[in-house]
Amino acid sequence: MAPTIEITGLRVDRGGQTALDALSLAVDAGVVTGLLGPSGSGKSTLMRAIVGVQIVADGNVLVLGLPAGSPALRSRVGYVTQSPSVYNDLSVRENLAYFGRVLGVARTRADDVIERVGLGDTATRLVGKLSGGQRARVSLATALLGEPEVLVLDEPTVGLDPVLRRDLWDFFHELAAGGTTLLVSSHVMDEAARCERLLLLREGAILADLSPGELLRRTGAPDLDAAFLLVIESGAAP
Amino acid sequence: MSFSRTIATATRVLSQLRRDPRTIVLLIAVPCVLMLLVQQLFAGREQVFQSVGVPMLGIFPLISMFLVTSITMLRERTSGTLERLLTTPLTKLELLLGYGIAFAAVAVVQVTVVSIVGFAILGLDTVHSNVLIVLLAVANALLGMAFGLFVSAFARSEFQAVQFMPAFILPQILLCGLFVARDQMADWLQWVSAVLPLTYAFDALDRAAHEPTLGPRFWADLAIVIGAMALALVLGAATLRRRTP
Repeated sequence: MAPTIEITGLRVDRGGQTALDALSLAVDAGVVTGLLGPSGSGKSTLMRAIVGVQIVADGNVLVLGLPAGSPALRSRVGYVTQSPSVYNDLSVRENLAYFGRVLGVARTRADDVIERVGLGDTATRLVGKLSGGQRARVSLATALLGEPEVLVLDEPTVGLDPVLRRDLWDFFHELAAGGTTLLVSSHVMDEAARCERLLLLREGAILADLSPGELLRRTGAPDLDAAFLLVIESGAAP
Repeated sequence: MSFSRTIATATRVLSQLRRDPRTIVLLIAVPCVLMLLVQQLFAGREQVFQSVGVPMLGIFPLISMFLVTSITMLRERTSGTLERLLTTPLTKLELLLGYGIAFAAVAVVQVTVVSIVGFAILGLDTVHSNVLIVLLAVANALLGMAFGLFVSAFARSEFQAVQFMPAFILPQILLCGLFVARDQMADWLQWVSAVLPLTYAFDALDRAAHEPTLGPRFWADLAIVIGAMALALVLGAATLRRRTP
């Protein structure tokens, strides 16, 4: 089966500098792929290229066999930006009702996803009055509305407490088991352990593409944190 | 083009505005108070109030909608919601129409209230029907909205967006013929005035208020206003980029 996301020779220039260079990768369906790298390594840029909002200098980005950003992909790919992109002056339910109508999903979907991200008690509150973690979950819920086949999540668990993080990761795996392709960026290594596959990004290039187990074995490091540091600082593929 | 997505957007914009009752009160009360102020200012010179009162009915919504649209659209850009919307099936046309419907609805309410104050309480008088004046004022509101949308692309912060009002709208108000009749302006000012859309919006309102027959000039004015609005909307739509650097 063809990979869900297939990138070949991608180059992105941002602000006069090369943010991503000659990048190629493939992401398979039905697994959670983690995108890891130090800040400034190009994680968000890569994700933006995959959802088709990034101006690309060169290369091909195919999602579900179609060029990234194609109109046909717009209801099949869900994207959550690093900072929550929701309306602060609307309630949680109003936000989801609006995006639900834009995506053309059933009205009941809004309440389903609100429950799913654990915001049932705050459904009628204004998003602007919620905590950062709650706002992040509203943003995530919005991306879940259309039951997309591909979910691109840019640091979705930042600012969440450990219990919520565990719940969300369980949920990501549930989605993956149902056939959804997930690409999740993170800078927390204990989350890397929960991914089936890891892509390590450094200075706009993929340094390694392997499973957490392989990363540990090849580096000989005692834990993923140490393994990550070893790889990033040496700058060489493990 | 989906009707349901357009209406959903209009409803959403109105719900956001509804959360901000102070803005609604300002939108409606301020023009009424200013109208009263102008009437008092020219107390004893009834003719002056009659000639500036009606065009003012159009200028208020133009300014309000310019400010409201440029700030709302700027927020949409900076909060990331615009980028998110553009990754959904919502088209730019649906988004802009949704905004247009919502703000036109607000403008109808605003203009109706100010017109009632102007016509019924302050004694403004027009040759043509008050309904025509209200419709022209709503057209002005939509022109303001289109300008606001366009300039929001050039503002990086709300401070800048607000500063575009004196930069973009005030010269048009000064040169439209309200303060000094156009034929009494210096030549070069007449030329500048001739390329500013508000000049035609003002002229249309002025004719509807005072000319017994709406000649071809009135319809030409109206066509230019609609054309300028369409142009600003197209240019504004071009600034809504799905892909950004």
